Amino acid sequence: MNARTMPFVLAAGVLFGAGLALSTMIRPEIVLGFLHFEDQGLLLVLGGAVVVTLLAYQFAPRLLGRPLAAEKFAAHPAVLDRRTIAGAAIFGIGWGMCGVCPGPAVASLGAGNWPVLWAFAGMFAGAWAQGRFSPGRVA
Amino acid sequence: MENLFPFGVWHYLLGGCLIGAGIALLFVGTGLIGGASTLFSSVCSFFSQRPFFQQDRFVGSRGWRLVYALGMVLGALLVSVTAGAGPATAVPWFLLLLGGFLAGFGARLGNGCTSGHGVCGLASLQLPSLFAVCTFLATAFVTANVVRGLGGAR
Repeated sequence: MNARTMPFVLAAGVLFGAGLALSTMIRPEIVLGFLHFEDQGLLLVLGGAVVVTLLAYQFAPRLLGRPLAAEKFAAHPAVLDRRTIAGAAIFGIGWGMCGVCPGPAVASLGAGNWPVLWAFAGMFAGAWAQGRFSPGRVA
Repeated sequence: MENLFPFGVWHYLLGGCLIGAGIALLFVGTGLIGGASTLFSSVCSFFSQRPFFQQDRFVGSRGWRLVYALGMVLGALLVSVTAGAGPATAVPWFLLLLGGFLAGFGARLGNGCTSGHGVCGLASLQLPSLFAVCTFLATAFVTANVVRGLGGAR
């Protein structure tokens, strides 16, 4: 990270957090309502976010060649293996239990939804435990 | 429609597009992929000297990930101040703590969460992310309904 990229990173975070708050995804009750089949709003949030991001991911490299304030566009290839699927399954169990996922756990701090700090603390402990007890191959 | 979306649709669509705009701006400006869950592992690199946490993907990204997280807090604060924050959650603390722990562990084991696999992975048309999303939606549906059946959250 350098001084030129920082404003982009900060502004991107602000948009992300504002979107999470506006869409009420930072409220566990709304997420749990989706998982209880009472309200399908989460699908609209996910759909809207995927479409806008897809446009950027598909067109920015072709139109710009390189990012506005950096050298190259990163790729983050996902791998289809047992860790990915087992991790997703465990993630879903935790998410279904509390209605909080990592983005909202962070953004909630700005919305004053203090009980969510329990989930935030749990997430930290979970991420640490993963690296401590199940790190896989370390590059 | 009102049965599917009792709270309306526009704040969901607009909020989703804002989330996408944030992740898109991060990519257009810096070329970075903006999933949220890696933040938790990269912050561990500040206090754990284990080789896992000292990998470059955590140490090298913790600076921008913290700025990104700060932005997320500010963005949610901005909306809460202008549009009002909802009520504090009534989900019991032990479900938040245990659920958070499993969500954190699983997201890092599977290298992605709702934003990493759900938004970034799907938007870059990655099949593994689609499998991950279907998997965590399935286990989340089952878990949420079992917990409700047991008298947990709501």
